[in-house]
Amino acid sequence: MPDLKLLDADPTEAERGAIDAVVGAEPEHSDRVVRSQPRRHLLLPALRAAQQRVGWVTPGALGYASRRLEVPPADAYGVATFYALLSLEERPAEVLHACTDLACALKGATVPEGAIASPCLGLCELAPASMRTIAGEHPREIQLPEERLPVHGDKLLRRIATGEPYGELRALARARELGPDRVIELVKASPLLGRGGAAFPTGRKWEAVARQPARPHYLVCNADESEPGTFKDRVIMEQDPFAVVEGMAIAMFATGCEKGFIYIRAEYPLAHERIRHAIDETGVDIELRIGAGAYVCGEETALFQSIEGYRGEPRNKPPFPVEVGLYGKPTVVNNVETLINVPHIVLGEDARDTRLFCVSGDVVRPGLYELELGTPLTELLETAGAEPPKAVLLGGAAGTFLGPHQLDIPLSFDAGVTLGSGVVMVFGRDADLVSAVLRIAEFFRDESCGQCVPCRVGTARQEEALHRLASGRTNGNERAVLADLTQVMRDASICGLGQTAANAVASAIENLGVLA
Amino acid sequence: MKLTIDGVTGEVAEGATILDAAHQMGIDTPTLCYADTLTPVNVCRVCVVELEGSRTLVPACSRKAADGMVVHTDSERVRTSRRMVLELLGSSVDLSTAPAALAYSERYDADPARLGAPPASAPKIDNDLYVRDYSKCILCYKCVEACGVDHQNTFAIAVAGRGLDAHISTELDVPLPDSACVYCGNCIAVCPTGALMGKTEFDLRESGQWHEEEQTEVDTVCPYCGVGCNLTLHVQDDAIVKVTSPDDHDVTRGNLCIKGRFGYRYVQNR
Repeated sequence: MPDLKLLDADPTEAERGAIDAVVGAEPEHSDRVVRSQPRRHLLLPALRAAQQRVGWVTPGALGYASRRLEVPPADAYGVATFYALLSLEERPAEVLHACTDLACALKGATVPEGAIASPCLGLCELAPASMRTIAGEHPREIQLPEERLPVHGDKLLRRIATGEPYGELRALARARELGPDRVIELVKASPLLGRGGAAFPTGRKWEAVARQPARPHYLVCNADESEPGTFKDRVIMEQDPFAVVEGMAIAMFATGCEKGFIYIRAEYPLAHERIRHAIDETGVDIELRIGAGAYVCGEETALFQSIEGYRGEPRNKPPFPVEVGLYGKPTVVNNVETLINVPHIVLGEDARDTRLFCVSGDVVRPGLYELELGTPLTELLETAGAEPPKAVLLGGAAGTFLGPHQLDIPLSFDAGVTLGSGVVMVFGRDADLVSAVLRIAEFFRDESCGQCVPCRVGTARQEEALHRLASGRTNGNERAVLADLTQVMRDASICGLGQTAANAVASAIENLGVLA
Repeated sequence: MKLTIDGVTGEVAEGATILDAAHQMGIDTPTLCYADTLTPVNVCRVCVVELEGSRTLVPACSRKAADGMVVHTDSERVRTSRRMVLELLGSSVDLSTAPAALAYSERYDADPARLGAPPASAPKIDNDLYVRDYSKCILCYKCVEACGVDHQNTFAIAVAGRGLDAHISTELDVPLPDSACVYCGNCIAVCPTGALMGKTEFDLRESGQWHEEEQTEVDTVCPYCGVGCNLTLHVQDDAIVKVTSPDDHDVTRGNLCIKGRFGYRYVQNR
């Protein structure tokens, strides 16, 4: 036991039981046990378990988790206070998290008394949405509404659309026949670009990791889908979880990964359940990790930090994850949608390059649409039943607002605007664009990890300048300030969050004339 | 490895950073969160430079030099980012006791007032040895590193909260006497802004009697134990007002223990 000064609060029996279920029962004479393996990676699961048991992270639970995992209490406190869904203040066992983000705001979302306002819950097609968490001996988390909409697509979404059950893992068997090198060649020869937002060629990433001499290799499936307006990965995980696990298994096989992780945001309880079931059924060595409310953890290096039990603060790149990733080892990070493309590539059965679009907002038929790349945006808007809109937000809060005169573009990677995570949010004639822009600024201020100056302070100053413009109480310098903030956040932030925090705001000013 | 910085081509050893290379070539690059005794965290972003072929600016303090790099440390783009970083800091932090940040702000024509005013001073005085005023904290992580694995391995403090609310804290924000703090003061030694300050200095500043320009420095050896740490005594009006240790001393690397840093009053018992 390192020489730690511990909190002098004791956990209740219930909390001790919940934490022990994660970290193991405390051995007798624990002060004499010398552990060889650090177990810090269990910190977040332990804190989550304690909160699920009694509703919040009490000083006793924090202290007990610190002691059992040999994490200094100050450090554990730093981790606990990083994640928005962990509460260090007493609150009732039952809490309603009401989404007030972009898509839900378009549907008139409000925060009922006693509820907590939440950033995007990834249920945008069913807006307004919320999540109920109920702590206790049998904790429950319920997404509201519980219904699910039909999906529109016939390759990646075919099974979901037709209700056909998942058969045996045919593509994985085929991959094993082909061997790792051939699988990587197939993926490289395919047009597959990463679907998480950065559009990096998947095959090249796989090859880079496969070639790394350092061991072990890890695969991380990034299912921390938190970009406002995005819900595609949730739908896939809920309704076709075996495709995700099979894609991961193939990626692990091809790149020589000893172990896989899937990191799913905390707000997706049904996806946790379905993915856990698929992992158990298939026996693939995948560990399910659950977030705790932090958009930035979708950034791959922040995600590693979170899995390892730290605050989700992004690392500087280079070194890139393919060389130095999870636990410092070569790591493949792929998005859920990217991975479900893999079985199709391995089987060579359907070469169409399709992409999932999350349509929400002022449309008659919101939901998930699978389209071939290059499909005109106007066609998608028509299919979804949109009246000529005031604006469309493409790619999410880190994406771009397009005005009515700019909708005539193909949905492709080289359309000149980022498709990001496939968000197509429609703002109808009566939509309040000023509120939307202010909400995006607030979102980035809330979600900045706080590590680097440009993003920590820049996102706050951006929001303030926009509020001054919106209220008419300007001091005349807002335009210059916003331009400078855009540049410093883009140029000098550590990670993609800060680098893109001004994108949508700047596009609203430029393309829509909002607050201009 | 050969690289070019501001038109000058030089050679550096494998593993050197762009900052090392710049120093070697005599090019001055500002830093705030960097210290050569600590692991670079590259969070202040004041050291960013333009690297040809890179989409964004890169932090000189931690980006490893590579063969053929072409770097600009004083381009318009770099100057804009540095100015903005300093304006952002100046608008959110009381920099009045942060000489380096103030000098850089002047050098880059930073005008923080156009972004807002920093919060009022809020010193936390919960012990006799040192004072924490987080209104002066730029969140450079140096104190956390010094308290943690880089130096002291005490782990009394960490960064807590998120975004603009991120701050240095003990567990549950308990006062220092209830925390793991051992009062080595190694956090004070690395603090670049005076957010952490010895109580003696704090009291003298409060009463307007801190006169740095009148102080003399006397190097000696700590009398307490056999390690032999070098001490630098900062003397004002024939009294010791602060004790530090040189960063380049091969025993201390700037660190001391509670006795060396704070146990000097007996010298003044007359």
